[in-house]
Amino acid sequence: MISANLSAVFYLISGVLFILALRGLSSPETSRQGNFFGIMGMVIAISVTFLSIGNFSTGFIFVLIFLLIGGLVGAFIAYKIPMTAMPELVAGFHSLVGLAAVFVAISAFLNPSAFGLGFPGNIKLASLIEMSVGAAIGAITFSGSVIAFLKLQGIMSGSPITFKGQHALNALILISIVILIYLLCSTQSSNVFWILLAISFIVGFLLIIPIGGADMPVVISMLNSYSGWAAAGIGFTLENTALIITGALVGSSGAILSYIMCKGMNRSFFNVILGGFGATEQSSSSQNKEQRPVKNGNADDAAFLMKNASSVIIVPGYGMAVAQAQHALREMVDTLKKNGIKVSYAIHPVAGRMPGHMNVLLAEANVPYDEVFELEEINNDFANADVAFVIGANDVTNPVAKTDPQSPIYGMPVLDVEKCKSVLFVKRSLSPGYAGIDNELFYRENTLMLFADAKKMTEDITKNL
Amino acid sequence: MEIDPFIFRLSIFILSIFVGYYVVWSVTPSLHTPLMSVTNAISSVIIVGAIIAGLAGDTESVFNTSSIFGFLAISLAAINIFGGFLVTQRMLAMYKKKKKDK
Repeated sequence: MISANLSAVFYLISGVLFILALRGLSSPETSRQGNFFGIMGMVIAISVTFLSIGNFSTGFIFVLIFLLIGGLVGAFIAYKIPMTAMPELVAGFHSLVGLAAVFVAISAFLNPSAFGLGFPGNIKLASLIEMSVGAAIGAITFSGSVIAFLKLQGIMSGSPITFKGQHALNALILISIVILIYLLCSTQSSNVFWILLAISFIVGFLLIIPIGGADMPVVISMLNSYSGWAAAGIGFTLENTALIITGALVGSSGAILSYIMCKGMNRSFFNVILGGFGATEQSSSSQNKEQRPVKNGNADDAAFLMKNASSVIIVPGYGMAVAQAQHALREMVDTLKKNGIKVSYAIHPVAGRMPGHMNVLLAEANVPYDEVFELEEINNDFANADVAFVIGANDVTNPVAKTDPQSPIYGMPVLDVEKCKSVLFVKRSLSPGYAGIDNELFYRENTLMLFADAKKMTEDITKNL
Repeated sequence: MEIDPFIFRLSIFILSIFVGYYVVWSVTPSLHTPLMSVTNAISSVIIVGAIIAGLAGDTESVFNTSSIFGFLAISLAAINIFGGFLVTQRMLAMYKKKKKDK
């Protein structure tokens, strides 16, 4: 058994190690070391907890058993999961953090003396507030992440689900949560606690169902942030520095990512949260749909164009992930490079279903990270490039965002693909993208449409090179 | 008058938000997915609370309602810790530089 002061120092150390873990991610070279710091921090936190309790009885064996079960499941998932399924995995993990926070809060509520918070029916006021806030956010994180997971998996439709009075209902429920927390503090009634949890679960569900599939990068980042705040809330209850520091880190990390994602779509955070984006725009665009001629090409044409180019920029999008085309793409690029053609990749901030999704997929396909560029880094290069190869991306290349103030995506930062001498568009059909608007680019003189599955088309092009 | 310890914890919390703010802005965008998975793993330090809850049962009976919730939370958090760190490591191992011999 070690003293409370000593364990507090160790918790502080593990908090600092977690900061270093995030710090390491500032560049790929230091990132692996950062991950190691994170693991160390976790090992310290867990060992110190065991030592400070100092009770190595039968209960301890059960702790180890449950730890082992969870660890094995987690390790198994981590090794099996394909990189294209990262968004689902992260959403699933968020839900577990949320649920764990809820369980710890329930446990603390039922047996407060074990945590030094008072006695059942007479819990310290501050602890009760912290506990109920942590539990409520945890419950929202859990049910929200479950919905996000189902949408990403395709088990639930990715289209927004909206109904009349949705916002009024959400507002009403949020107010009732505040009232319930107040009631809980004044009555200490366990019934109020259970109702609070139930309602928080419902809120998470209601918050995420109106948000459409392509807004998932924002949703995942937001839930990331929530899981942090939930952890911090529990940290206050347990008076644990490591948890408070970590909760604050994760909370602000998720908030920053949501901000970056919203900026990438030129939409306000509230606009995304209130949802229903895709549903409303689609109807207006289908009315004025006119049949315009497009230039239709095949793998042979594309290969010819690229062979005669001196520089090619690849623009990957979610469609590439769906078609699992990243490896085929890398092979195509290898062939191009053998012919002395300069190839780089351009990544839009909201390409894919989560922040950095495309980068991971390209890294998986052995694309060196110094060939992959962010929007601001590469956007000026399109004017000097010969061919832009757009694979599975759409709205993020639409020049309408720069020219038409009426367009729903007006003002969104887009890749200046149209400045290239020629544009190759790999797409399954001419259907509009997620935003429901026609892409100007399809009808341009210098655009060649390649209608096919992204993977098959890239393989065919490689054969023809 | 003595300062309530809560204020110290609040100070740590607020300062950590600022630390988080600056540290996360310096994360390169290409590593945003590993950032999410590693934050996932570290937020599971909530397992600390779960362990306390799990060991809170009295000496005769290891399992009571409170400790069962603790044990369940241990498993959930452990999935996240192992899954989160391992999948992050798997991802980071894939980020490679251009080969120099080319």
